[in-house]
Amino acid sequence: MWQVLYEELKGRGFVIIAVALDKSADDARPWIEAARPTYPALIDTGHVLADLYNVVNVPTIFWIDERGRIVRPNDVAFGADTFKSITGLSAAPHRDALRAWVRGEAPALSAEEVRRLQPLPTEADQQARAEFGLGQWLWTQGRVAAAERHFARGGELAPHDFTIRRGTMPMLGVDSMGPQFREMRQAWAAAGHPYYRPLPDTASGSAR
Amino acid sequence: MSDRFTLVDAERAVEVPARVAGDRVRLDAAALKDTLGWEVHDGLLCSDAMCVPVADAAALVDEAGVDLEVFARTLDRALAVDVPERAAFLGGSARERAQALASQHAPDFTLPDLEGRPHALSQYRGSKILLVAWASW
Repeated sequence: MWQVLYEELKGRGFVIIAVALDKSADDARPWIEAARPTYPALIDTGHVLADLYNVVNVPTIFWIDERGRIVRPNDVAFGADTFKSITGLSAAPHRDALRAWVRGEAPALSAEEVRRLQPLPTEADQQARAEFGLGQWLWTQGRVAAAERHFARGGELAPHDFTIRRGTMPMLGVDSMGPQFREMRQAWAAAGHPYYRPLPDTASGSAR
Repeated sequence: MSDRFTLVDAERAVEVPARVAGDRVRLDAAALKDTLGWEVHDGLLCSDAMCVPVADAAALVDEAGVDLEVFARTLDRALAVDVPERAAFLGGSARERAQALASQHAPDFTLPDLEGRPHALSQYRGSKILLVAWASW
């Protein structure tokens, strides 16, 4: 979904790094082979990225500058409008802002804004990730019933963490786009929580 | 020691002889040093890379071994345990993770591509990076 934008901007000191939070490379493979990315497309079965960057849903995007600083934390953006009718999010505002930043036409967020917008993990978030980690290891050992207990505990500790609540469904043979997911999402919305949490400027379409 | 416990630390799983009593798991001290590199001495819990002070040495280690929960707490690590499955996972410290993100430095990681080739974020230093977390689910 990001390849077109990458082709446009790659000559300007720009790279995309895509990380799939999937249970196996084979789950991500058909998507990657269809997208034919020429940027690195990596596989993260252990949710290393979620642990280090406090990622709680997908997609989650970050901008990182030449010095290795996060200049746009935990935002939600799609590379194309393929799922716009489901997600309600248009690719254009973020894409335009990214293009302007890479071309040097507009700054990224200031350090002050990044500090304000960066979500930080709590003890419960990290406990939930440890439960995920134990469950994921048990699952690799074929101990699925035990794995399920820890995934459930992780979801209880961090109900906003859909990398656990939805991301573990394929390991349990549950359709992650099926009735169980729809029920989860509806209950979450009914409790007043958005499923996607784009940064305010991306959400409003005024991202710089 | 009658049991073997699997400890998963940063995606590395090691087996350590352990003594299990109810919910309490005590790990063989010598095996803990041989596998994960941690040992207790002079009121410190030390690896090759670092030492952390031990608040209550008697709670951490006794003749039965190193208490798993106190060990994780001393390292300020999240810990998930499944006593019946004889397995535990040492997770990331909330304080450490929050401090790292608050510093605005992008944490480095190394992950494989579809062919298994490792890629580190730090290889791309000097470029502007769009980092995208996605999934097939």
